[in-house]
Amino acid sequence: MSWRYQIRGLGVAVATLLLVAACGSTGGGGSASCSESTAKTATSATACGGMDALVTAAKAEGQLNVIALPPDWANYGAIITAFQSKYGITVNSANPNGSSQDEVNAFDGTSNAPDVVDVGQSVALANTAKFTPYQVATWSDIPAGAKESTGLWFNDYGGYMGIGYNPAKVPGGVINSIQDLLGSGFKSEVALAGDPTKSNQGLNGVIMAAVANGGSLDDVSAGVNFFHQLKQKGNYVPVVGTDATVKAGQTPVLFEWDYLSTSHGKSVPNWKIFVPSTAIIGGYYSQAINKAAPHPAAARLWEEYLFSNEGQNLWLKGGARPVRMAAMTTAGAVDSAAAAALPAVKGTPQVPSGDQTTKASQYVIANWSAAVS
Amino acid sequence: MIAAGNPAVDNAARPLTGGRRFSLSWLGAAPFFAYVGLFLLLPTAIIVIGSFRTLDGSVTLSNFSGIAKPFMARAFTNSLGVSVVSAVGGAVLGAILAYAVVTGNPDGLLRRSIMSASGVLAQFGGVALAFAFIATIGTTGFVYVFLKSHGLDIYGNTVWFYDPPGITLIYLYFQIPLMVLVFLPALDGIRPQWREATESLGGSTWHYWRYVAGPLLAPAFLGCTLLLFANAFSAYATLSALLTNGSNYVPLQIQALLTGETQQSQPGLAQALAVTMVMIVVVVMSLYTMLQRRTSKWLR
Amino acid sequence: MNRSQRLKLGIFRVVVLLLMGAFFLMPIGAMLEFSTRGNEVTSPRTLDAWVRIAQTPGLVKGIYTSLELAVITSLGMLALLLPTMVWVRLRLPRISRIVEFICLLPLTVPAIALVVGLKPLYIWVNINITPSVLALAFAYLVLVLPYSYRALDAGLAAIDLKTLSEAARSLGAGWGTVMLRIIIPNMPSAILNASLLSVALVLGEYTVANLLNFQNLQVEIAYVGLTDANTSTAVAVGALLLAFVLLMVLALVGGRLQQQHYVPGQRA
Repeated sequence: MSWRYQIRGLGVAVATLLLVAACGSTGGGGSASCSESTAKTATSATACGGMDALVTAAKAEGQLNVIALPPDWANYGAIITAFQSKYGITVNSANPNGSSQDEVNAFDGTSNAPDVVDVGQSVALANTAKFTPYQVATWSDIPAGAKESTGLWFNDYGGYMGIGYNPAKVPGGVINSIQDLLGSGFKSEVALAGDPTKSNQGLNGVIMAAVANGGSLDDVSAGVNFFHQLKQKGNYVPVVGTDATVKAGQTPVLFEWDYLSTSHGKSVPNWKIFVPSTAIIGGYYSQAINKAAPHPAAARLWEEYLFSNEGQNLWLKGGARPVRMAAMTTAGAVDSAAAAALPAVKGTPQVPSGDQTTKASQYVIANWSAAVS
Repeated sequence: MIAAGNPAVDNAARPLTGGRRFSLSWLGAAPFFAYVGLFLLLPTAIIVIGSFRTLDGSVTLSNFSGIAKPFMARAFTNSLGVSVVSAVGGAVLGAILAYAVVTGNPDGLLRRSIMSASGVLAQFGGVALAFAFIATIGTTGFVYVFLKSHGLDIYGNTVWFYDPPGITLIYLYFQIPLMVLVFLPALDGIRPQWREATESLGGSTWHYWRYVAGPLLAPAFLGCTLLLFANAFSAYATLSALLTNGSNYVPLQIQALLTGETQQSQPGLAQALAVTMVMIVVVVMSLYTMLQRRTSKWLR
Repeated sequence: MNRSQRLKLGIFRVVVLLLMGAFFLMPIGAMLEFSTRGNEVTSPRTLDAWVRIAQTPGLVKGIYTSLELAVITSLGMLALLLPTMVWVRLRLPRISRIVEFICLLPLTVPAIALVVGLKPLYIWVNINITPSVLALAFAYLVLVLPYSYRALDAGLAAIDLKTLSEAARSLGAGWGTVMLRIIIPNMPSAILNASLLSVALVLGEYTVANLLNFQNLQVEIAYVGLTDANTSTAVAVGALLLAFVLLMVLALVGGRLQQQHYVPGQRA
């Protein structure tokens, strides 16, 4: 296997040459250029010698490790492809099935660890010690409540929790209320799109069920109880719903984000989404950079790309609501066709705060297994 | 002159110095022990030691008492139940299939293909097996749909596909080939002369099986059943691929405890579960080894 | 056996083989059926999913990775296990029980539990040896030990190891020559058997690779299964058929080799 070492050695030599050349060319009046050590702790692009220096440093690294980003999730497939072709950086996408908790669990200090993560609120809040602060160029466009003040985490996109379903498999062809799911026509049909003890999407599914069954954002026991009843009646499918399971017909009724539900339309004709009018639960995901990222410059460049107009519009195309949407609409930079295609929201959305999500997460972790096993 | 046993021959190939011979011999096995020590025994030690410690490092038995809680105990009953039934079912069906194979042409195509297929299918599991069975008897699987269209709804009121009965059925898919692989050599060891002897003494097929082949094969059969049990009990990939949103089996509990939220994750408990699994399987495998040794006397 | 017994046996065999054949072939048929489905419910059968295998870089990479891992693991297993087993049989018969026990140990430690202990070890391996996915071979070698040990043990038991090696040594052969030119050629089917069991295990391994964050074939199949279940199923069934064909070919070749090896007592 020695030839691998030779190629790696060559790669390191080439990378060093490029870095030296880049630093040499941006030398002169600029602040600290984007060397490897600077990139590790740079808190913004300017601290790293400006965007161009960052791009050069990232290209020198040549790779980016991401995790738990299915291609059909809010258009991540297109985002990854666009990033790769724009900068020539190879994106290694691991464990697409992974939950938010799996993402931070993968911070194992090796060169396979993810550089960046896209996680739910409770996981972001619980793991700030593992992140490094960074403020993207468009930092001021992100509302104050949607980011950690120093840049340890910052929201990227969000949507509303809904129940997607295949009308052909549902008695009467339509779901009118969440209690319908307890009926006998739903045997082995109802699933969550994530494990609520680990996945933000799963957790919010339970929160939505709680609110729709008389609970509240502060008390999700009604939600866990609802799934317990589903399990007792044999309506619950112990399978994480994905595009494949929907296509195979395993999970014809699926609790998932509205922007994900829309993508099932191509596998299942007439796929519909039901959002209970009393329980419109919104949720954002958060970006964070690994403190021990194997490719720090590429990680920062990725964040810059995601929060640029291009990145945000790609998410919008995927049906999600990008965090900079308000600012972009004012500036006229938003993709208006995609914006118009977003599912309409009738009623008042409720967005759980960080504390509420953490509390709900703790309750679910303690009680979920016993309820649905 | 050159027959084995002749002292001249026995001593010819050995080094002359007595003391060094001893240490040189051990050196020969050293690479194996070093490798296995590093990649097998060390991880096992880590798990064993970890199961007796709390998060802050103090020694404790609380992890093991955590297993006795009703929810965890049910994980064990589920796992044990599925393992026992799939082991016994796989053993019986596998033995029958092995017998059907072994009574044919030993060099024939049928035997070779079945042995090759068994070699492949005994390892089959995980995502592909889960897909395959969902596509066959899942709620949209073609066998289920076919039977339903002819009036036979195998699920009726409860879809047992994701429950222990369904898991057991899926496990049979690799248990039966495994049985064929490990039991066929024992069947091969049966000599046709025994059958002829039984007949010449006036015995029927029943007598043959009840008094001759049966008792001879019993240790091998039992041993192979135990092997199948250990195989099912330790299986993880298929469970994880099929029951992606959790269900109460020991391997899935271990995974959940190890990869769950850091505040709630209790690696000690997971390690205790693992150690208990290992203890159960060690007992089973020791019995298996003892039975194999008894078998080899007659059927090698 | 008289005629009626032969008839009964024949019927028994046909019934068993047909029923079992149906049980085993149906899920594989279902996978084939699923992988050739068209996009819509009413679309005609198509091989698009199979063609897409070559066009999905992740899958192609996964196939190469797993094949490389299979080869490395098999060779590593042979290099580690065969000399050790020969040595133990000839020089250290007292520890043969210990070696057997150790080789059966991986069957008793579930992969999910072993991975917990392997994780810190692999962090060290990643830094000091190689971060490549091929480092998985270290773990796989341990996983294949039980199966390979049995296969090699059966092969070693069938040849008269002591006589052969002592004859060669007394004629001046070094241990290397003994292994390469005497022992290995005399147990071709056992070696092939052990290698193929290793290959089958490595091709089908998912747990360790996934939990150590590596991408091998099964992990890639799961990944592709998220968006393109048809292609994922196509790869799975393709890998299965490939492994089967390999085993068949080597069963036939091994059989032919078997006829050529030296049998003690026979004249050359």
